[in-house]
Amino acid sequence: MHTEPTGGVSRREILGTGAATASMLAAPAMAAVTPDKAREADPPLVRVMLTVNGKPENLTLDARTTLLDMAREHLKLTGSKKGCDHGQCGACTMIVEGRRVNSCLSLAVMHDGDTITTIEGLGTPDKLHPMQAAFVRHDGYQCGYCTPGQIVSAVAMLEEVRSGAPSFVSPDLEHAEYSDTEVRERMSGNLCRCAAYPNIVAAIGDVHAGKKS
Amino acid sequence: MKFDKPAGPNPTDRMRILGKPFDRVDGAIKVAGQAPYSYEYHDIAPNAAYGVMVGAGIGKGRIATMDTRDAERAPGVLLVLTHRNAPKMFGQQKKQNTTSQESSEGSEEAKGAHAAPQLQGRDIKQHDEAVAFVVAETFEQATAAAHLVRIGYSAGKGRFSLTEGARNAKPNPEAEDAHVGDFDGAFAAAAVKVDVTYTTPNQSQAMMEPHATLAMWSGDQLTLHTSHQITHWSTEGVADTLGIPHDKVRCVCAYIGGGFGSKLEVYGDAVLSAVAAQKLGRPVKCALTRPQIFNHTTHRPPTIQRLQLAAGRDGRLLAMGHTTWTGDQEGARGELATEQSRLMYGGANRKLETYIATLDLPKGGSMRAPGEAAGLFALEGAMDELAEALDMDPVELRIVNDVQQDPTTQDKVRPFSDRKLVECMRQGAAKFGWDRRNRRPGQMRDGSLLIGHGMAGGIRNNMVKASGTRVTLQSGGRVLVETAMTDIGTGSYTINAQTAAEMLGVPLDRVSIKLGDSLFPKAAGSGGSWGGNSSTAGTYAACMALRTAIAARMGMPADAEFVDGQIRAGGRSIPLASAAANGPVVAEDTITYGDLEKTYAQASFAAHFCEVAVSAVTGEVRVRRMTSAFSAGRILNAKTARSQCLGGMTMGIGAALMEALQVDERFGYFANHDLAEYHVPVHADIPDLDVIFVDSLDTKSSPMKARGVGELGICGVGAAVSSAVANATGVRVRDFPITLDKLLPHLPKVA
Repeated sequence: MHTEPTGGVSRREILGTGAATASMLAAPAMAAVTPDKAREADPPLVRVMLTVNGKPENLTLDARTTLLDMAREHLKLTGSKKGCDHGQCGACTMIVEGRRVNSCLSLAVMHDGDTITTIEGLGTPDKLHPMQAAFVRHDGYQCGYCTPGQIVSAVAMLEEVRSGAPSFVSPDLEHAEYSDTEVRERMSGNLCRCAAYPNIVAAIGDVHAGKKS
Repeated sequence: MKFDKPAGPNPTDRMRILGKPFDRVDGAIKVAGQAPYSYEYHDIAPNAAYGVMVGAGIGKGRIATMDTRDAERAPGVLLVLTHRNAPKMFGQQKKQNTTSQESSEGSEEAKGAHAAPQLQGRDIKQHDEAVAFVVAETFEQATAAAHLVRIGYSAGKGRFSLTEGARNAKPNPEAEDAHVGDFDGAFAAAAVKVDVTYTTPNQSQAMMEPHATLAMWSGDQLTLHTSHQITHWSTEGVADTLGIPHDKVRCVCAYIGGGFGSKLEVYGDAVLSAVAAQKLGRPVKCALTRPQIFNHTTHRPPTIQRLQLAAGRDGRLLAMGHTTWTGDQEGARGELATEQSRLMYGGANRKLETYIATLDLPKGGSMRAPGEAAGLFALEGAMDELAEALDMDPVELRIVNDVQQDPTTQDKVRPFSDRKLVECMRQGAAKFGWDRRNRRPGQMRDGSLLIGHGMAGGIRNNMVKASGTRVTLQSGGRVLVETAMTDIGTGSYTINAQTAAEMLGVPLDRVSIKLGDSLFPKAAGSGGSWGGNSSTAGTYAACMALRTAIAARMGMPADAEFVDGQIRAGGRSIPLASAAANGPVVAEDTITYGDLEKTYAQASFAAHFCEVAVSAVTGEVRVRRMTSAFSAGRILNAKTARSQCLGGMTMGIGAALMEALQVDERFGYFANHDLAEYHVPVHADIPDLDVIFVDSLDTKSSPMKARGVGELGICGVGAAVSSAVANATGVRVRDFPITLDKLLPHLPKVA
């Protein structure tokens, strides 16, 4: 049994019909778009000016470009990783105006004028940021793919704790204090499937305590 | 070098550099974000076009209609590949002319073993198999155009339920069953027995880097930068798929963002990027989207496991029965969950049977410790239940059933090469404080939390693979190590560099190392925990060959000592660097193996001790602490090996408490196909974990005297957690994962 594709069938409707009668479109949401409209739908290019790792950047981008793809594909800063493109893994974490964000969930055009730090802005292999050095020392990574996100997230997270911002596990909402429990809670948006978690917590602890080696 | 006799004393025994907890040699570039993964080669392919795969929207059936016109006309689109314009691939091509070069390569598997044909017709065999591939100038254009490919399906009736499939399951040809003694008679007559059924779900490897490939052609030569665990499997897989000689494909797998078995196979990203790059005459790159990964790539298949254990009052096993059912696509392996039960414990009467049902779910594959990870849930869970039935300490029960030779092989005595399971149990128990455990369930509370302690043993079969390395003594005395071996986070860069430094008597910082290029000597690759031991054994072999070449060049005896940057023999000492004064010295060798794997049972061992807290109100389970002891032969780097164990323990906690792919049995796909819905452990789920390595050397495994460690960490963890939950609550959950909905109805009423 099959039916010709028709416009306007939503996935929800299909899910309700049962397997035997399934008739699906690859992209139900787009099904009503005619060829001509598809052409029109291509968004115009947009100019974005922002500062990345201290360097002014002046880009002309497809409006659909995420902050992450702007860095990875346009600025060739591939240190920020695309693990899910859905804001679920944290591998793309950047510091935007002092706060950590999942850069895959943010369009570049939303950041005109913003100051952004990526992993490349923290340190280089020859001159590592203390957080990067602590990750090496404690083996706070294995495959290395979530690592830039963990490190960028950790740097910003320490600032959040210093500022006293509470988390879900803070016993006192007025005066959040550093603890391993706080770190585990606050870093839980950064997944590590190699599971270097105990080593990452130890590395962050070193940096918090100001240890160099 | 052929390793066919147990290793005697050799230069690795110095352990000046080997074994030490060196930081990773690839650490600085990884933490700085400078290590290039497959999608990130802007320098060599600045004009790469972007490919986006379209996956099938049904689990089984046919493509009824397909309209690509809108996609083809969309801005920036360069190519839309479908079954209508894709080239014929492996299985569809006319009889291939195997080139003489290929046959002389002596590939260990049948031709096409790693092939992965894509877009070969209207038939759909699994959800999210490739049905189209859209290539455009930008990622955004390709993504948008991919949504304009209009496909109508004719859905077929698929077999998506293992519970149903198990009724008609057939003996699994991939597993060796065993019938020893009189199982039925012994089980019936025994004083104490358990007869329980456990189930484990489909699970996803969920490594952090999506499968990704950059493909570029130069004439008839294809180069792929691709995320694959075994360089030559990728090379052979892509070449066989496309019907071109293996030597026309070069695969570079320099940095791989995790694999856990998922990247042992070739997928749409590699094949379709290669096809598109050839058609377009320009490089094409593609990364699978995260939601595609869960259905397009492999997963750990589900199991149903019946454990029948019978013992005398002293705890000695009299009958051991393990019958398992799994499901997979036609011809695929499923999860071989009886594996560990061949070797783990004694018992004169044994029955091990494995059945497989054909399912139309996505094809299963390897996930960290395929077989054991699922099988030990059931075996070790049932052992805990047996201990309870005997009112015996679960550690003591394991110890009385320890064996020092293969308990299942009947026809000949097959001793273990090095089995220290009991030592793992004793050392782990001491460190954990197991003697303070309350054996009666449901007795310990911490406020509203029910506290419990559980333990389990673990085993992972040891495998070795041929592996080659080239070592060069460069002018100035630096050493260059090159091998096609991969590092998926395991530490291969570091331990191979350590091996060369140890063997040649130079500091670690005098060694440069390059991995993951099929132009380098063919290597074991990363799978089945064979990579660390086998690849360093290859580097050992190459270093022995280099030592011989250097000694010959310098007029030194073949048994000269290489130490402290010097070559020493008979009172003479000359600087190693002087051997390269007139040009580099190069040696290449491959380690191969005799039959020590057959004459000795080889496996790594573990014991896990776990404390959980279960909320009496919600049933939520938290692991509070865990101590695990491991015996894996020589530990080549104490830091990276510990990290591998931490990773395994964590994945085991995930499997115990949260990981399950949810099958939509109407449509035949995994519904929770992203990282928000497929739960893996996060920071907040994992406390400090305690890792102990039990001293051991395995002289039967390789000249490195090491064994696999990468998968060992997960083996048995789930059962330690489930036993701790049972100890905390008195509730035994045999259907993994132990989510709170399975516990809550059985918890005591909260006042």
